Amino acid sequence: MYAFEIERPTTLDAAKAAIADGGQALSGGQTLIPTLKARLADPEKLVSLHNIPELKGISTDGDGRICIKGATVHRAVADGASGYPALASLAARIGDPAVRTRGTIGGSLANNDPSACYPAGVLASGAVIVTDRREIAADDYFLGMFDTALDEGEIIIEVKFPVPQVACYEKFIQPASRFPLVAVFVAKFADGVRVAITGASGEGVFRWTAAEEALSANFTPEALDGIAMDSSPMIADLHGDKAYRAHLCSVMAKRAVKNAK
Amino acid sequence: MKVSMEVNGRAVSGDIEGRTLLVDFLREGLHLTGTHVGCDTSQCGACTVHVDGAQVKACTIFAAEAEGAKITTIEGVAAPDGTLSTVQQAFQDYHGLQCGFCTPGMVMAATSLLKDNPKPTEAEIRHHLDGNICRCTGYHNIIKAIMAASGQEMPALAAE
Repeated sequence: MYAFEIERPTTLDAAKAAIADGGQALSGGQTLIPTLKARLADPEKLVSLHNIPELKGISTDGDGRICIKGATVHRAVADGASGYPALASLAARIGDPAVRTRGTIGGSLANNDPSACYPAGVLASGAVIVTDRREIAADDYFLGMFDTALDEGEIIIEVKFPVPQVACYEKFIQPASRFPLVAVFVAKFADGVRVAITGASGEGVFRWTAAEEALSANFTPEALDGIAMDSSPMIADLHGDKAYRAHLCSVMAKRAVKNAK
Repeated sequence: MKVSMEVNGRAVSGDIEGRTLLVDFLREGLHLTGTHVGCDTSQCGACTVHVDGAQVKACTIFAAEAEGAKITTIEGVAAPDGTLSTVQQAFQDYHGLQCGFCTPGMVMAATSLLKDNPKPTEAEIRHHLDGNICRCTGYHNIIKAIMAASGQEMPALAAE
Protein backbone atom coordinates (compact mmCIF):
# COMPACT_ATOMS: atom_id res chain seq x y z
CA MET A 1 0.00 0.00 0.00
CA TYR A 2 0.98 3.58 -0.57
CA ALA A 3 1.23 5.60 2.64
CA PHE A 4 -1.72 7.63 3.92
CA GLU A 5 -3.09 9.09 7.11
CA ILE A 6 -6.19 7.75 8.78
CA GLU A 7 -8.69 9.68 10.89
CA ARG A 8 -11.44 8.27 13.08
CA PRO A 9 -14.01 11.01 13.71
CA THR A 10 -16.88 10.32 16.09
CA THR A 11 -19.39 12.81 14.71
CA LEU A 12 -20.80 13.32 11.25
CA ASP A 13 -19.77 16.98 11.27
CA ALA A 14 -16.17 16.04 12.01
CA ALA A 15 -16.22 13.45 9.23
CA LYS A 16 -17.61 15.96 6.74
CA ALA A 17 -14.90 18.44 7.71
CA ALA A 18 -12.16 15.83 7.32
CA ILE A 19 -13.49 14.77 3.91
CA ALA A 20 -13.82 18.39 2.78
CA ASP A 21 -10.18 18.76 3.79
CA GLY A 22 -9.14 16.21 1.18
CA GLY A 23 -9.97 12.94 2.91
CA GLN A 24 -11.60 9.92 1.35
CA ALA A 25 -14.38 8.13 3.21
CA LEU A 26 -13.55 4.64 4.49
CA SER A 27 -16.61 2.67 5.51
CA GLY A 28 -16.30 -1.09 6.08
CA GLY A 29 -13.28 -1.26 3.80
CA GLN A 30 -14.10 -4.70 2.43
CA THR A 31 -13.58 -3.43 -1.13
CA LEU A 32 -11.45 -0.35 -0.49
CA ILE A 33 -8.77 -2.09 1.60
CA PRO A 34 -8.10 -4.83 -1.00
CA THR A 35 -8.03 -2.05 -3.61
CA LEU A 36 -5.43 -0.17 -1.56
CA LYS A 37 -3.42 -3.35 -1.08
CA ALA A 38 -3.30 -3.78 -4.85
CA ARG A 39 -2.08 -0.17 -5.16
CA LEU A 40 -5.09 0.70 -7.29
CA ALA A 41 -5.85 3.76 -5.12
CA ASP A 42 -3.59 6.37 -3.59
CA PRO A 43 -5.51 8.53 -1.11
CA GLU A 44 -3.65 11.01 1.09
CA LYS A 45 -6.07 10.58 3.96
CA LEU A 46 -8.79 8.08 4.84
CA VAL A 47 -11.68 9.10 7.08
CA SER A 48 -13.20 6.11 8.87
CA LEU A 49 -16.98 6.30 9.23
CA HIS A 50 -17.03 3.33 11.60
CA ASN A 51 -17.16 5.19 14.90
CA ILE A 52 -19.99 7.60 14.22
CA PRO A 53 -23.14 6.64 16.15
CA GLU A 54 -25.28 8.90 13.93
CA LEU A 55 -24.46 6.61 11.00
CA LYS A 56 -25.51 3.32 12.62
CA GLY A 57 -28.81 1.64 13.24
CA ILE A 58 -32.11 0.44 11.81
CA SER A 59 -35.50 2.06 12.44
CA THR A 60 -38.98 2.38 10.96
CA ASP A 61 -40.27 5.80 9.90
CA GLY A 62 -43.82 7.22 9.94
CA ASP A 63 -44.49 5.85 6.45
CA GLY A 64 -43.57 2.31 7.53
CA ARG A 65 -40.26 2.41 5.66
CA ILE A 66 -37.27 0.47 7.02
CA CYS A 67 -34.50 3.04 7.46
CA ILE A 68 -30.91 1.80 7.61
CA LYS A 69 -28.11 4.21 8.48
CA GLY A 70 -25.19 4.30 6.06
CA ALA A 71 -22.49 2.71 8.24
CA THR A 72 -24.71 -0.15 9.44
CA VAL A 73 -22.90 -3.43 8.83
CA HIS A 74 -24.43 -6.31 6.87
CA ARG A 75 -24.60 -8.52 9.92
CA ALA A 76 -26.68 -5.92 11.78
CA VAL A 77 -29.12 -5.76 8.86
CA ALA A 78 -29.27 -9.56 8.66
CA ASP A 79 -30.14 -9.70 12.36
CA GLY A 80 -32.13 -6.48 12.69
CA ALA A 81 -34.20 -5.84 9.55
CA SER A 82 -36.92 -8.31 10.51
CA GLY A 83 -39.55 -5.92 9.14
CA TYR A 84 -38.25 -6.64 5.65
CA PRO A 85 -37.24 -10.34 5.61
CA ALA A 86 -36.08 -10.44 1.98
CA LEU A 87 -33.68 -7.58 2.64
CA ALA A 88 -32.40 -9.22 5.84
CA SER A 89 -31.85 -12.41 3.84
CA LEU A 90 -29.89 -10.50 1.20
CA ALA A 91 -27.64 -9.01 3.88
CA ALA A 92 -27.14 -12.43 5.49
CA ARG A 93 -25.70 -13.79 2.23
CA ILE A 94 -23.28 -11.02 1.25
CA GLY A 95 -19.69 -12.23 0.99
CA ASP A 96 -18.75 -14.27 4.05
CA PRO A 97 -19.15 -13.80 7.83
CA ALA A 98 -16.05 -11.61 8.19
CA VAL A 99 -17.19 -9.36 5.34
CA ARG A 100 -20.61 -9.08 7.02
CA THR A 101 -18.95 -8.01 10.28
CA ARG A 102 -17.30 -4.99 8.64
CA GLY A 103 -18.99 -4.23 5.31
CA THR A 104 -21.69 -1.55 5.28
CA ILE A 105 -24.74 -0.68 3.18
CA GLY A 106 -23.42 2.81 2.48
CA GLY A 107 -20.07 1.49 1.36
CA SER A 108 -21.68 -1.04 -0.96
CA LEU A 109 -23.93 1.59 -2.54
CA ALA A 110 -21.19 4.21 -2.88
CA ASN A 111 -18.98 1.64 -4.60
CA ASN A 112 -21.76 0.26 -6.85
CA ASP A 113 -19.91 -2.87 -7.90
CA PRO A 114 -21.77 -4.28 -10.93
CA SER A 115 -22.10 -7.59 -9.08
CA ALA A 116 -22.90 -6.34 -5.58
CA CYS A 117 -26.02 -7.52 -3.76
CA TYR A 118 -27.36 -4.34 -2.14
CA PRO A 119 -27.91 -2.37 -5.38
CA ALA A 120 -30.47 -5.00 -6.44
CA GLY A 121 -32.35 -4.71 -3.15
CA VAL A 122 -32.27 -0.93 -3.20
CA LEU A 123 -33.40 -0.60 -6.83
CA ALA A 124 -36.13 -3.27 -6.62
CA SER A 125 -37.47 -1.67 -3.46
CA GLY A 126 -37.55 1.82 -4.95
CA ALA A 127 -35.60 2.94 -1.89
CA VAL A 128 -34.47 6.50 -1.23
CA ILE A 129 -30.79 7.23 -0.58
CA VAL A 130 -30.36 10.08 1.89
CA THR A 131 -27.01 11.85 1.78
CA ASP A 132 -25.54 14.74 3.75
CA ARG A 133 -26.82 16.98 0.94
CA ARG A 134 -30.08 15.59 -0.52
CA GLU A 135 -32.36 12.64 -1.12
CA ILE A 136 -31.82 10.53 -4.25
CA ALA A 137 -34.39 8.04 -5.59
CA ALA A 138 -32.91 4.64 -6.39
CA ASP A 139 -34.04 5.05 -10.01
CA ASP A 140 -31.78 8.12 -10.30
CA TYR A 141 -28.87 6.81 -8.24
CA PHE A 142 -27.19 3.95 -10.16
CA LEU A 143 -25.43 5.39 -13.23
CA GLY A 144 -23.31 2.45 -14.39
CA MET A 145 -20.41 0.28 -13.36
CA PHE A 146 -18.87 1.80 -10.19
CA ASP A 147 -20.72 5.04 -11.03
CA THR A 148 -23.41 6.71 -8.94
CA ALA A 149 -25.19 10.04 -8.59
CA LEU A 150 -23.00 10.86 -5.57
CA ASP A 151 -20.84 13.95 -5.89
CA GLU A 152 -17.25 14.10 -4.68
CA GLY A 153 -17.17 13.73 -0.91
CA GLU A 154 -20.93 13.16 -0.56
CA ILE A 155 -21.74 10.79 2.31
CA ILE A 156 -24.64 8.30 2.44
CA ILE A 157 -26.44 8.96 5.72
CA GLU A 158 -29.38 6.59 5.41
CA VAL A 159 -31.32 4.37 3.01
CA LYS A 160 -35.13 4.29 3.32
CA PHE A 161 -36.81 1.13 2.05
CA PRO A 162 -40.55 0.94 1.34
CA VAL A 163 -41.57 -2.56 2.46
CA PRO A 164 -43.21 -4.63 -0.29
CA GLN A 165 -46.12 -7.04 0.20
CA VAL A 166 -43.85 -9.92 -0.76
CA ALA A 167 -40.27 -10.03 -2.02
CA CYS A 168 -37.35 -12.36 -2.60
CA TYR A 169 -33.66 -12.15 -3.52
CA GLU A 170 -32.38 -15.11 -5.51
CA LYS A 171 -28.64 -15.25 -6.01
CA PHE A 172 -26.67 -17.57 -8.29
CA ILE A 173 -23.29 -17.38 -6.67
CA GLN A 174 -19.86 -17.24 -8.26
CA PRO A 175 -18.22 -19.53 -5.71
CA ALA A 176 -14.72 -18.06 -5.78
CA SER A 177 -15.67 -14.42 -5.25
CA ARG A 178 -18.95 -14.94 -3.29
CA PHE A 179 -20.44 -12.25 -5.54
CA PRO A 180 -23.51 -13.07 -7.61
CA LEU A 181 -22.89 -14.36 -11.10
CA VAL A 182 -26.47 -13.20 -11.56
CA ALA A 183 -28.93 -12.28 -8.82
CA VAL A 184 -32.50 -11.04 -9.02
CA PHE A 185 -34.52 -9.11 -6.45
CA VAL A 186 -38.29 -9.18 -7.01
CA ALA A 187 -40.53 -6.89 -4.92
CA LYS A 188 -44.35 -6.86 -5.22
CA PHE A 189 -46.02 -3.64 -4.08
CA ALA A 190 -49.71 -2.74 -4.10
CA ASP A 191 -49.16 -0.62 -7.21
CA GLY A 192 -46.93 -3.03 -9.15
CA VAL A 193 -43.90 -5.28 -9.23
CA ARG A 194 -40.27 -4.16 -9.44
CA VAL A 195 -37.48 -6.47 -10.64
CA ALA A 196 -33.81 -5.55 -10.31
CA ILE A 197 -30.88 -7.61 -11.59
CA THR A 198 -27.24 -7.46 -10.49
CA GLY A 199 -24.17 -9.29 -11.72
CA ALA A 200 -25.48 -9.67 -15.26
CA SER A 201 -24.86 -6.38 -17.03
CA GLY A 202 -21.65 -4.49 -17.64
CA GLU A 203 -23.63 -1.37 -16.80
CA GLY A 204 -24.36 -2.66 -13.31
CA VAL A 205 -27.75 -3.12 -11.65
CA PHE A 206 -30.80 -2.56 -13.84
CA ARG A 207 -34.58 -2.97 -13.81
CA TRP A 208 -36.13 -5.63 -16.03
CA THR A 209 -39.18 -3.66 -17.10
CA ALA A 210 -40.68 -6.31 -19.40
CA ALA A 211 -40.73 -8.75 -16.48
CA GLU A 212 -42.18 -6.07 -14.20
CA GLU A 213 -45.13 -5.53 -16.56
CA ALA A 214 -45.81 -9.24 -16.89
CA LEU A 215 -45.56 -9.87 -13.14
CA SER A 216 -47.69 -6.84 -12.27
CA ALA A 217 -50.48 -8.45 -14.34
CA ASN A 218 -49.86 -12.01 -13.13
CA PHE A 219 -47.48 -12.67 -10.24
CA THR A 220 -46.50 -16.24 -11.13
CA PRO A 221 -43.26 -17.73 -12.48
CA GLU A 222 -45.13 -18.76 -15.63
CA ALA A 223 -45.82 -15.09 -16.38
CA LEU A 224 -42.15 -14.83 -17.36
CA ASP A 225 -42.34 -17.63 -19.94
CA GLY A 226 -41.40 -16.30 -23.35
CA ILE A 227 -40.08 -12.95 -22.12
CA ALA A 228 -36.66 -12.73 -23.68
CA MET A 229 -33.75 -10.95 -22.01
CA ASP A 230 -31.54 -9.07 -24.45
CA SER A 231 -28.09 -10.65 -24.07
CA SER A 232 -26.13 -7.84 -25.74
CA PRO A 233 -25.43 -5.77 -22.56
CA MET A 234 -24.54 -8.87 -20.52
CA ILE A 235 -21.12 -9.46 -18.98
CA ALA A 236 -19.09 -12.21 -20.65
CA ASP A 237 -16.16 -13.76 -18.78
CA LEU A 238 -14.69 -17.17 -18.07
CA HIS A 239 -17.52 -17.88 -15.62
CA GLY A 240 -20.31 -17.42 -18.15
CA ASP A 241 -20.98 -15.95 -21.59
CA LYS A 242 -23.68 -13.42 -22.48
CA ALA A 243 -26.32 -15.98 -23.39
CA TYR A 244 -25.70 -17.88 -20.14
CA ARG A 245 -26.15 -14.78 -18.01
CA ALA A 246 -29.25 -13.71 -19.96
CA HIS A 247 -30.74 -17.15 -19.36
CA LEU A 248 -29.87 -16.98 -15.66
CA CYS A 249 -31.78 -13.69 -15.35
CA SER A 250 -34.98 -15.48 -16.30
CA VAL A 251 -34.27 -18.55 -14.17
CA MET A 252 -33.45 -16.54 -11.06
CA ALA A 253 -36.40 -14.18 -11.56
CA LYS A 254 -38.77 -17.16 -11.73
CA ARG A 255 -37.28 -18.60 -8.55
CA ALA A 256 -37.64 -15.25 -6.81
CA VAL A 257 -41.32 -15.04 -7.77
CA LYS A 258 -41.91 -18.62 -6.64
CA ASN A 259 -40.18 -18.05 -3.29
CA ALA A 260 -41.40 -14.51 -2.60
CA LYS A 261 -42.91 -13.96 0.83
CA MET B 1 0.36 7.35 15.18
CA LYS B 2 -0.37 5.62 18.48
CA VAL B 3 -2.85 2.78 18.84
CA SER B 4 -4.08 0.98 21.95
CA MET B 5 -6.25 -2.08 22.20
CA GLU B 6 -6.78 -5.21 24.26
CA VAL B 7 -5.38 -8.41 22.74
CA ASN B 8 -6.20 -11.73 24.38
CA GLY B 9 -7.04 -9.92 27.62
CA ARG B 10 -3.82 -7.89 27.69
CA ALA B 11 -3.68 -4.12 27.18
CA VAL B 12 -1.26 -3.33 24.36
CA SER B 13 -0.23 -0.25 22.44
CA GLY B 14 2.19 0.62 19.71
CA ASP B 15 3.27 3.03 17.02
CA ILE B 16 1.73 2.36 13.64
CA GLU B 17 1.35 3.95 10.23
CA GLY B 18 -2.09 4.78 8.86
CA ARG B 19 -1.71 1.91 6.41
CA THR B 20 -0.70 -0.68 9.04
CA LEU B 21 -3.12 -3.59 8.85
CA LEU B 22 -4.31 -5.19 12.07
CA VAL B 23 -2.66 -8.46 11.05
CA ASP B 24 0.70 -6.71 10.65
CA PHE B 25 0.35 -5.06 14.05
CA LEU B 26 -0.44 -8.45 15.61
CA ARG B 27 2.34 -10.35 13.87
CA GLU B 28 5.13 -7.79 13.66
CA GLY B 29 4.22 -5.44 16.49
CA LEU B 30 3.13 -8.00 19.08
CA HIS B 31 4.90 -11.09 17.64
CA LEU B 32 1.62 -13.01 17.72
CA THR B 33 2.38 -15.02 14.61
CA GLY B 34 -0.42 -17.54 14.99
CA THR B 35 -2.63 -15.31 12.86
CA HIS B 36 -1.55 -16.23 9.34
CA VAL B 37 -1.48 -14.28 6.08
CA GLY B 38 -2.43 -16.69 3.34
CA CYS B 39 -3.40 -14.59 0.35
CA ASP B 40 -3.01 -10.89 1.15
CA THR B 41 -6.02 -10.27 -1.09
CA SER B 42 -8.79 -10.68 1.54
CA GLN B 43 -9.99 -14.02 0.21
CA CYS B 44 -8.54 -16.88 2.24
CA GLY B 45 -9.57 -16.17 5.85
CA ALA B 46 -6.33 -17.52 7.39
CA CYS B 47 -6.00 -14.21 9.25
CA THR B 48 -9.44 -14.43 10.89
CA VAL B 49 -9.54 -12.95 14.42
CA HIS B 50 -12.35 -11.71 16.64
CA VAL B 51 -12.79 -7.95 17.06
CA ASP B 52 -15.21 -7.15 19.89
CA GLY B 53 -16.49 -10.70 19.61
CA ALA B 54 -17.17 -10.76 15.87
CA GLN B 55 -15.01 -12.42 13.25
CA VAL B 56 -12.97 -10.17 11.02
CA LYS B 57 -10.19 -10.72 8.50
CA ALA B 58 -7.25 -9.05 10.22
CA CYS B 59 -5.80 -8.26 6.79
CA THR B 60 -8.90 -6.24 5.86
CA ILE B 61 -9.06 -3.82 8.78
CA PHE B 62 -6.49 -1.20 9.66
CA ALA B 63 -4.85 -1.39 13.07
CA ALA B 64 -6.01 2.21 13.63
CA GLU B 65 -9.62 1.05 13.25
CA ALA B 66 -9.14 -1.39 16.13
CA GLU B 67 -8.34 1.42 18.57
CA GLY B 68 -9.97 0.55 21.89
CA ALA B 69 -11.25 -2.82 20.64
CA LYS B 70 -11.02 -6.21 22.31
CA ILE B 71 -9.17 -8.60 20.01
CA THR B 72 -8.98 -12.37 20.32
CA THR B 73 -6.41 -14.24 18.23
CA ILE B 74 -5.69 -17.96 17.99
CA GLU B 75 -3.18 -17.52 20.85
CA GLY B 76 -6.05 -16.50 23.11
CA VAL B 77 -8.30 -19.49 22.43
CA ALA B 78 -6.72 -22.19 24.60
CA ALA B 79 -6.81 -22.00 28.41
CA PRO B 80 -3.83 -20.34 30.11
CA ASP B 81 -2.52 -23.78 31.15
CA GLY B 82 -2.46 -24.87 27.51
CA THR B 83 -5.64 -26.95 27.57
CA LEU B 84 -7.09 -26.76 24.08
CA SER B 85 -10.53 -25.26 23.51
CA THR B 86 -13.34 -27.61 22.52
CA VAL B 87 -12.99 -26.55 18.89
CA GLN B 88 -9.20 -26.93 18.88
CA GLN B 89 -9.43 -30.37 20.50
CA ALA B 90 -12.04 -31.47 17.96
CA PHE B 91 -9.77 -30.36 15.08
CA GLN B 92 -7.07 -32.60 16.56
CA ASP B 93 -9.40 -35.53 17.26
CA TYR B 94 -11.02 -35.47 13.82
CA HIS B 95 -7.87 -34.64 11.87
CA GLY B 96 -9.31 -31.32 10.74
CA LEU B 97 -5.98 -30.13 9.43
CA GLN B 98 -3.15 -31.31 7.28
CA CYS B 99 -0.57 -28.59 6.64
CA GLY B 100 -2.22 -26.43 9.29
CA PHE B 101 -1.78 -23.08 7.59
CA CYS B 102 -5.49 -22.28 7.41
CA THR B 103 -6.23 -23.76 10.83
CA PRO B 104 -5.99 -20.59 12.96
CA GLY B 105 -8.58 -18.94 10.74
CA MET B 106 -10.73 -22.06 10.66
CA VAL B 107 -10.71 -22.33 14.46
CA MET B 108 -11.57 -18.64 14.88
CA ALA B 109 -14.41 -18.91 12.33
CA ALA B 110 -15.75 -22.11 13.90
CA THR B 111 -15.59 -20.62 17.38
CA SER B 112 -17.53 -17.61 16.16
CA LEU B 113 -20.16 -19.82 14.52
CA LEU B 114 -20.73 -21.96 17.61
CA LYS B 115 -21.10 -18.89 19.81
CA ASP B 116 -24.03 -17.67 17.67
CA ASN B 117 -25.38 -21.06 16.64
CA PRO B 118 -24.43 -23.82 19.11
CA LYS B 119 -26.00 -26.65 17.06
CA PRO B 120 -25.40 -25.82 13.39
CA THR B 121 -26.35 -28.12 10.55
CA GLU B 122 -23.74 -29.30 8.08
CA ALA B 123 -25.10 -26.79 5.56
CA GLU B 124 -24.86 -23.96 8.09
CA ILE B 125 -21.25 -24.89 8.86
CA ARG B 126 -20.33 -24.92 5.18
CA HIS B 127 -22.07 -21.57 4.65
CA HIS B 128 -20.23 -20.08 7.61
CA LEU B 129 -16.87 -21.24 6.25
CA ASP B 130 -17.44 -19.49 2.89
CA GLY B 131 -14.58 -17.12 3.63
CA ASN B 132 -12.05 -19.67 4.87
CA ILE B 133 -10.07 -21.56 2.26
CA CYS B 134 -8.28 -24.85 2.91
CA ARG B 135 -6.22 -26.40 0.12
CA CYS B 136 -5.45 -29.70 1.84
CA THR B 137 -8.33 -31.36 3.60
CA GLY B 138 -11.21 -31.08 1.16
CA TYR B 139 -13.09 -29.66 4.19
CA HIS B 140 -14.79 -32.91 5.25
CA ASN B 141 -12.74 -33.39 8.40
CA ILE B 142 -13.10 -29.71 9.27
CA ILE B 143 -16.88 -30.06 9.04
CA LYS B 144 -16.72 -33.22 11.16
CA ALA B 145 -14.59 -31.47 13.77
CA ILE B 146 -17.00 -28.56 14.07
CA MET B 147 -19.99 -30.90 14.28
CA ALA B 148 -18.20 -32.81 17.02
CA ALA B 149 -17.27 -29.62 18.84
CA SER B 150 -20.95 -28.70 18.88
CA GLY B 151 -21.69 -32.02 20.61
CA GLN B 152 -23.66 -33.44 17.72
CA GLU B 153 -23.67 -36.92 16.27
CA MET B 154 -21.58 -36.95 13.14
CA PRO B 155 -23.52 -38.51 10.27
CA ALA B 156 -21.74 -39.58 7.10
CA LEU B 157 -21.23 -36.54 4.95
CA ALA B 158 -23.22 -36.49 1.74
CA ALA B 159 -20.19 -35.81 -0.44
CA GLU B 160 -18.09 -38.68 0.90
